[in-house]
Amino acid sequence: MTDLIARSPAFGLTPVAYGATTLTEGPWQQLTALMPFAGQTARICTALQDAYGLNFPAPGRLTRAGHTTCVWTGRGQAFLVGSEPVQDLARYAAVTDQSDAWVTLDLTGEQAAEVLARLVPLDLSPRAFGADHAARTLLGHAAIQLHRLENGFRIRGFRSMARTIVHETADAMAAVAARAALD
Amino acid sequence: MRLTCPLCGARDRREFTYQGDAIMLTRPSNDDPTAFSDWLHLRDNPAGRTRDLWYHEAGCCAWLVVERDTVTHAVHSVALVEGEDAD
Amino acid sequence: MRIEGYGRVDRDVSLDFSFDGRRFAGHPGDTLASALMAEGVVLTGRSFKYHRPRGVLTDTSAEPNALVTVGRGAGRDPNTRATVQELYNGLEARSQNRWPTLSLDLWAVNDLAAPFLGAGFYYKTFMWPRAFWEKLYEPIIRRAAGLGALSGEADGERYEKAYAFCDLLVIGAGPAGLMAARVAAEAGAQVILCTEEPRFGGRLLAEAEEVDGQPGHLWVAGVLARLRGMDNVRLMPRTTVTGAYDGGTYGALERVSHHVADPQGAPRECFWRIVAQRAVLAAGALERPVAFGDNDRPGVMLASALRGYLHRYGAAPGRQVAVFTNNDDGHRTARDLARAGLNVVALVDSRHDAESLAGEVPFFPGWQVCGTQGRRRLSGITLRAPDGRRDVLQVEALGVSGGYNPSLHLTCHMGARPVWRDDIAAFVPPAAHVPGLTVAGSANGAFTTYGCLTEGAEAGAEAVRVLGFRAEVADNIPQANNTPNRLRRLWAVPGRGRAWLDFQNDVTVKDVRQAAAENYASVEHMKRYTTQGMATDQGKSSNVSALAILADATGRDIPETGTTTFRPPYSPIAIAAMGAGGQGAGFAPERFTTSHEASLRRAAPMVEAGLWYRPSYFPVKGERHWRPACDREVRMVRDRVGVCDVSTLGKIDLQGRDVGRFLDCVYANTFSTLKPGRTRYGLMLREDGFVMDDGTTARLAELHWLMTTTTAAAGQVMRHLDWVKQAYAQGWDVRFISVTEQWAQFAVAGPQARDLLNDVLDAPIDNLGFPYMANGAVSIGGTRARLFRISFSGEHAYEVAVPSRYGAALWDLLVARAEALGGGPYGMEALNVLRIEKGHITHAEIHGRTTAHDIGMGRMIAAKDCIGRTMAGRPGLVNDREELVGLRPLAGGTLTAGAHLFAPEADPVRENDHGYTTSACFSPTLGEERALGFLLNGHRRHGETVRLVDHLRGIDTLCEVTAPCAFDPTGGRLRD
Repeated sequence: MTDLIARSPAFGLTPVAYGATTLTEGPWQQLTALMPFAGQTARICTALQDAYGLNFPAPGRLTRAGHTTCVWTGRGQAFLVGSEPVQDLARYAAVTDQSDAWVTLDLTGEQAAEVLARLVPLDLSPRAFGADHAARTLLGHAAIQLHRLENGFRIRGFRSMARTIVHETADAMAAVAARAALD
Repeated sequence: MRLTCPLCGARDRREFTYQGDAIMLTRPSNDDPTAFSDWLHLRDNPAGRTRDLWYHEAGCCAWLVVERDTVTHAVHSVALVEGEDAD
Repeated sequence: MRIEGYGRVDRDVSLDFSFDGRRFAGHPGDTLASALMAEGVVLTGRSFKYHRPRGVLTDTSAEPNALVTVGRGAGRDPNTRATVQELYNGLEARSQNRWPTLSLDLWAVNDLAAPFLGAGFYYKTFMWPRAFWEKLYEPIIRRAAGLGALSGEADGERYEKAYAFCDLLVIGAGPAGLMAARVAAEAGAQVILCTEEPRFGGRLLAEAEEVDGQPGHLWVAGVLARLRGMDNVRLMPRTTVTGAYDGGTYGALERVSHHVADPQGAPRECFWRIVAQRAVLAAGALERPVAFGDNDRPGVMLASALRGYLHRYGAAPGRQVAVFTNNDDGHRTARDLARAGLNVVALVDSRHDAESLAGEVPFFPGWQVCGTQGRRRLSGITLRAPDGRRDVLQVEALGVSGGYNPSLHLTCHMGARPVWRDDIAAFVPPAAHVPGLTVAGSANGAFTTYGCLTEGAEAGAEAVRVLGFRAEVADNIPQANNTPNRLRRLWAVPGRGRAWLDFQNDVTVKDVRQAAAENYASVEHMKRYTTQGMATDQGKSSNVSALAILADATGRDIPETGTTTFRPPYSPIAIAAMGAGGQGAGFAPERFTTSHEASLRRAAPMVEAGLWYRPSYFPVKGERHWRPACDREVRMVRDRVGVCDVSTLGKIDLQGRDVGRFLDCVYANTFSTLKPGRTRYGLMLREDGFVMDDGTTARLAELHWLMTTTTAAAGQVMRHLDWVKQAYAQGWDVRFISVTEQWAQFAVAGPQARDLLNDVLDAPIDNLGFPYMANGAVSIGGTRARLFRISFSGEHAYEVAVPSRYGAALWDLLVARAEALGGGPYGMEALNVLRIEKGHITHAEIHGRTTAHDIGMGRMIAAKDCIGRTMAGRPGLVNDREELVGLRPLAGGTLTAGAHLFAPEADPVRENDHGYTTSACFSPTLGEERALGFLLNGHRRHGETVRLVDHLRGIDTLCEVTAPCAFDPTGGRLRD
């Protein structure tokens, strides 16, 4: 029998550090896309409550309970993160495994927002983008999902673009660190 | 330019893809080729209010109807093509 | 020279710099202009057209004359305004537009020819012969007239772009801007305060003005300390807001590291896109000169600049100075210079009823300056009394004031026109301009310090009140000077000698009058005819005077004459800043498959497919170029087995009760009848009846489907599916999501494909259980996988998919097993040959102008409503079409893609064109060249002879028309 060896999306690309900002590959978690079928949003909420104790998120938000997160990822779509999908979910929603489709990158440090200001066309100040916010947006040319971490941001981009996303972020990190050294 | 996506909020125009006149929403029946051709090809080019289709491609992937003014550039409204409660 | 006791430069520290190779010293806080002035250098450049000697005119970014090249090597910066460039240790600057040197410029011969070189000279003289323009006239004109030059090498410096967001953007940090920012910040709003200068304070740093009972600069320091202590305030020095755009977006250029010798990786400039709920424009006003004979002599400056150099830098261009003004503000220059101990020999005020506000300074009311003396710098001025009497005074510097123009540029960036105010003889912003922007202070025509403070505070408060903040102005306005500036218009002094308006483009009063005389009476025509205001300073110091003179020459008033259009940017922006991040890998994202590194290990050259990188072939020992490798890979697939990464094809997962119905709508052919476990080829049309894309869709289970798209059209198809679902299938139970990235998918093709797969699958498959076009779940080493029996090569073939994390491992495994069977990996070249042999289409054929009919699939369009069906039936899309055919050479010769097809006897000209080729290759399987192309009524012309002509490559080949499929037309190999 053949044993296939798994490789993480950012294998060999991280960590990257400049000044006080660090880019690391985030935890390799189960990602499941949930797209509730017509008229089933209430039922999916109940199923999520029963299984994980959280709700299907409103647009632009995420919900959390324990180690499970449900992140809004688009029109009528959210990702269940960190837990296996229970069978029940497939009755009310299209359930699709996305665990291998995305590279998860954590940008942390005091200047993380300054770095993203070079790349992401969003107001990421705490008052506009809080801990329970989740956005689909751009990082340079790449489409991403974005939400906050305690000390930075979690970026999810297409797996195939991992190198570009790391490269562009590292470039912005270097510029921000060099600016800080100017003052 | 910025558009306020009903799902995502105010966003930079580079997240959106422009499509054209919102007349595309009212697809005629297939059995009248002339009406179909007119619908597909004939467009007004108003100086003033327009109803355009935009696609929030780098955001939530919703198709949007944007009412705006081609002279003042004012954006009057942005609405979902398919409301969230459509199904 | 330096003036003791003046200026806010740090005299304890000396900075070395050079100008044209000569070494000088200055101090921290100096600009290049102030340091040169302090060192006695007055001549800083040559003018654009006549190579006239020129010196510093202003102390602002509007400087037209003092343009220099800073730095050396690839990243040198031409056309840097010396008035903006901060001094640093080791700065190297060079003058421009002179040959061989600044003081001896042989091109100054142009100045002697000036009588012939007036407005419109180039237009009138170099009209013909036309061909001479490009080869002769233009290069010579360009060499003789011009600005600084780029190095011609790639600039390795870093630039960046960034976004910022705020409640209130305050543009300008003089008294008005500081008050607006303070009031808004104290109310709790998020405030960004920008100034184009290195220090905050604006004109308060350049004046002997008291605010709140203390020197202006100390009041500034107090406000700044307060703003710095607030975390809702972002201070952005060295940042010019360059444009106002839709939706409260402003462009701004930050000069990040031009002021340091070694930026150590910091960007040189950053182009900001600032999104502001509201904005206050407090950009101040720019002084304008009065035109008179030879008013461009180095040493003639704006009166406010003379005063500014004194107060900011303690620098003056000479000890003997005079001031010429038509307003009270010029008196302050005379007053301040005299107080500083300079010898102010004359205060000349063109108003005969003026009273001196400058104390003991010799006063000449009603007099005018009508000429200057000196060669490379000013040595004297000629005065003319009201009675015509003349007097000559020896001076080294002359300050000129013709009044102030509010810096209203941004208010006009979205199409508004400024309005004329006669009382201050200036244009001011109109009542309605950029939504969300208000104007305060001198930019609004309020020319007193108190007026600026008041307007700033009110504008700041009003702006944030609209946003729901409680802002107090009340008793917060500090005490300050509130004496209005009185003025009587004077644009140009009549008399001999050329009176200059646009210093940078060498435009004179006479040029503007000549334009009017030749009926270029519209201000836009005058501008283009004379080039007035078309230089890098955009006529900031000269436009208003020029149009006043045009108004006079055409007998109209100024409002009637109007202004030219204000467009972004306010001041020049390096293209490198606008395009920051776009060099090299930043140009476009790169997408890599999981087998990418394995391909690189085999030295496979990569080709771009959209954003993806795919291996073009896998060379083995002895293969020096692509053809032998490609031929070998094709034979390998036909004879043994080949492996190819097809992960780049778009994959869309669809679920729900209405998917079949939905697919029937988006595909031309029917899908609702497809059984679970089966796969079908599908053709997707655009609404106009042309082909959008093709691919296979598998029904994985009753309610679960998987669509594939071509690599190139994956994004377009996703957008289209979203459109059809949201616009035409509202409420349908269809949900879909891209799984392109989730699955690594590999084609295994060739007679031994099944043998190879049965080597790696946990449970073997056979023809009965897994026939052609079947799909199903399999496992490899316990890993869940998907298997599709589909073929693009025409061979017995499969595509096997695993979650991407296993992609690299599965690729290695498949390639190793293939090699054990005498096969191996194949790339894009072989894939292309295999499909041309089979007559399969790619986007080379479905290029946006072909229909289902054209590619021989007209009958696939089912009798049901689908996107594109109605329009595909248009007569023009059915009759006399260029139709897909195969081509083979009749007697050797080459076939190329992009060639055109003609009847054998016809002249190969456009009128006789019968079609064109889209794909061509050498087929190692058939031992001859093969091509696919579109031939007029080609479906009926199999067996005919046509002539293939590639005019570009000089190819002319007689071909036989065949069916597109040239290999295994019955498809027996697919089903074995």
